[in-house]
Amino acid sequence: MSTLPLPDPDRAVLARRNDVVKQLKKLAPQAVLIADVEGRRTFEADALAAYRRLPLAVVLPVSTEEVSAILRFCYENHVKVVPRGAGTSLCGGATPLEDAIVLCLSRMNKVLEIDAANRVARVEAGITNIAITQAAASQGFFYAPDPSSQIACTVGGNIATNSGGAHCLKYGVTVNNLLGVRMVMVGGEIIDFGGHHLDSPNYDFLPLIAGSEGQLGVVTEASVRLLAAPEGARPVLIGFDSAKAAASCVAAIIASGIVPVAIEFMDRPAIHVCEHFVPAGYPLDAEAALIVEVEGSEDEIEYLLEKIEDIARDYDPISMRRSQSDEESAAIWKGRKAAFGAIGQISDYMCMDGVIPLSALPQALEAISLICRKYRFDVANIFHAGDGNLHPLILYDANDPGQLERVELCGAEILKLCVELGGCLTGEHGVGIEKRELMYEQFTDEDIDQQVRIKEELDPSWLLNSGKVFPILGRDALKMTIDLTNLGAAPPGPGEDLETTAEAVLVEGEERP
Amino acid sequence: MTAHMRLGFHAPETDEDLSQIVLEAAESGTPLEIMGKGTKRELGHAVRAGAVVSTEAMSGITLYEPTELVMVAKTGTPLSAIEAALAENDQELACEPVDLAPVMGYAAGEGTIGGLVATNISGSRRILKGAVRDHVLGIKAVNGRGEVIKSGGRVMKNVTGYDLARTLAGSWGTLAIMSEVALKVLPVQRESRTLVFFGLTDQAAVEALCIAMGTPYEVSGTLHLHASVAARLSDEGLAEQGAAVTLIRVENFPASARYRTSRLRQALLAYGPELELDPVRSKALWDAVRSLQMFQGGGNPLWRVSTVPSRAARFVGNLARKIDVKAAYDWSGGLIWIETPSLTDAGAVEIRRQLAEFGGHATLIRSDAETRGATDVFQPLEPPHDILAAKLKHAFDPLGLFNPGRLYRDR
Repeated sequence: MSTLPLPDPDRAVLARRNDVVKQLKKLAPQAVLIADVEGRRTFEADALAAYRRLPLAVVLPVSTEEVSAILRFCYENHVKVVPRGAGTSLCGGATPLEDAIVLCLSRMNKVLEIDAANRVARVEAGITNIAITQAAASQGFFYAPDPSSQIACTVGGNIATNSGGAHCLKYGVTVNNLLGVRMVMVGGEIIDFGGHHLDSPNYDFLPLIAGSEGQLGVVTEASVRLLAAPEGARPVLIGFDSAKAAASCVAAIIASGIVPVAIEFMDRPAIHVCEHFVPAGYPLDAEAALIVEVEGSEDEIEYLLEKIEDIARDYDPISMRRSQSDEESAAIWKGRKAAFGAIGQISDYMCMDGVIPLSALPQALEAISLICRKYRFDVANIFHAGDGNLHPLILYDANDPGQLERVELCGAEILKLCVELGGCLTGEHGVGIEKRELMYEQFTDEDIDQQVRIKEELDPSWLLNSGKVFPILGRDALKMTIDLTNLGAAPPGPGEDLETTAEAVLVEGEERP
Repeated sequence: MTAHMRLGFHAPETDEDLSQIVLEAAESGTPLEIMGKGTKRELGHAVRAGAVVSTEAMSGITLYEPTELVMVAKTGTPLSAIEAALAENDQELACEPVDLAPVMGYAAGEGTIGGLVATNISGSRRILKGAVRDHVLGIKAVNGRGEVIKSGGRVMKNVTGYDLARTLAGSWGTLAIMSEVALKVLPVQRESRTLVFFGLTDQAAVEALCIAMGTPYEVSGTLHLHASVAARLSDEGLAEQGAAVTLIRVENFPASARYRTSRLRQALLAYGPELELDPVRSKALWDAVRSLQMFQGGGNPLWRVSTVPSRAARFVGNLARKIDVKAAYDWSGGLIWIETPSLTDAGAVEIRRQLAEFGGHATLIRSDAETRGATDVFQPLEPPHDILAAKLKHAFDPLGLFNPGRLYRDR
């Protein structure tokens, strides 16, 4: 059973379902309207699959005007709206409610304009992240934020959670690459924020909109910055015999004045799972590995990688392999980007997204390992080391009803640790429902009230994506009450078990990509 | 009731003192003028305030971790102190903030880090590295209810709750009084080299700058100065040409900087690159640009216009047919500093009429008090945006205590 409650549905709205469906059909004739149970079931959860609710209806509009008509109707009739892109949220950002319609933007997926002279792309919000780069590549440009889910996730969803990605160490996250949005407010009003220029007159609403998890309005179009693609890029793969050595190496690289385009960290279990999924030559005997990528011309890449390797040598690397070809680089990144999928092949997992100050990394990894052992779960760590954004993947069995609650408590403890170390609950996935009740760990009542006041100015009836982001249970609700002496049989030593499983499952040749 | 609030100047030293002052102001209905050292006090409308609150006594760097690229400082810390601490570790504020103090008649570096964040006025490198607001990681502030609030934090990535920190950037002290800011900092750019072009028309110059930005060479400065503006540079070689000057800067490790300028020279052969400034001369030049050397000293009105680069030259061209303007294009044309003659409205009507056609917005940076009082200093908002701005203001400062009239005379 899931442990996080969703708001109780409004029975009066449920009773009006047929009428709501009929009206939506009339209002948005071009939109796809899904009202049957089977169809709605497809949208009953996002990537946080443990939480499911059958929405009133699902509507997939094709234009901003349709979104506006739908929102105005919902506003006038007090129907809640859950905006959705591709539903890849790992934290329940798009979990439906029974008394809400799901407003899915995935059919609004066009590139509206590639403005090469001003280096801006104007796109509809339902376009996938990678499609922008694909559309701009022929003119030598790319769109920088690159979340691991970029082949599926939408720009609208990226804006809702202010997504980052492996390369944001150099290029920044979504808000740093967003120039303008067209947004439909809860009453149906269509407003343009920003544009193709680089700063806003008066208050800058873009940072408020980016990361507001669909609670302030529905973004239907975005203008994003395009950057000139680098001449080349190449990673070096460095293995260490301890996480501490790897973390110290990251700090030393940054202290040297080099900001690589990406620094990714993988621990032993993650290295093994990924290597078996996509053989890329990851160092199987290492406790930790770094993928450090730099960009530029051939000479520049050589120069920077040599400097980085020189620095790494001070931390006794057990292996150091510079990619020799584009194919090898692609394989290294494919392994990293497929990591979540690879781990998903051998186990259900809960993906955390806490951030810590880089100096606390060794301490954090040790504590995470202890916490997971306490809750009797294996854990694999894969994350963006340059910016301290951790992604511990806690492996559990979703079919065992007791384990979901336990894994949520385990995750909550890890996130509390991140806050205690000076970091935060979420770096790029968002709060959603998953971390909603943990907000008090990071914020005071005053901090949260200030955010809520903005929500209430822009959506006074809480129709947009309600039940997310803000705690609904009160300050002391999520006390850890689980009896830790009764957690079931302990697994064998941490790590080894997982590697054996990975080899057993994957060597048999099941589901290679 | 006003007896509860001491009028005049307040410089609280702690969040608690600051909160107490705001509570007293709320109780007594006393509007507050918010400032750091006041170096931008003559920018924007005069504030109708009963008391002044300065952050200058809340000063000092509270955390600096060079290997994490993060610095946390009290908002009253002088910009010069921030930059000196960063320089000791070969780091800097990557947005290369414009130091407005000299054009406003103050000493360089005198402004505070809080004033910089509150006004979000980024410099030439913004085009590559992002604006001031892009480097804001977190804030602590006191809202109009006297509550101490925080948002963001000291880590690079953070989407925990709404991003109030970056929202406060550029809000000119009208939403909350920031007491502490956490900033992302970056290693210094090792070597600066600049390609120089002489005598290009505005249109050709903006074209060349946009082509440069479309290359992979990470151009970090793109500037075009009218001949009359270039003549005021302290770099004599440029000032004495008697021609418009167009500048393209690359910053990188020495070998890279040399390689990249040579590639750019090739890509822009058609525009006739005439000079390549060595690192010392290049750095001195851009330091001068950063403090708007070309607009210092005089008292003529100075505007800051944000527009779409490809339309910038036509906008200035049309404007020049109506009034005598001297322009400096930065951000490959996306930002234009415009000096106008001392007309009664400083050229506001004509500038905004043209902008209505070309898109963009204009802020009057410098003018005499009388003109300022009679002109919209900040771009007037369309009704829907005006309503939203009022809502955001209400969410932070429901009694309208902070900087009333500063941005818009009726609010």
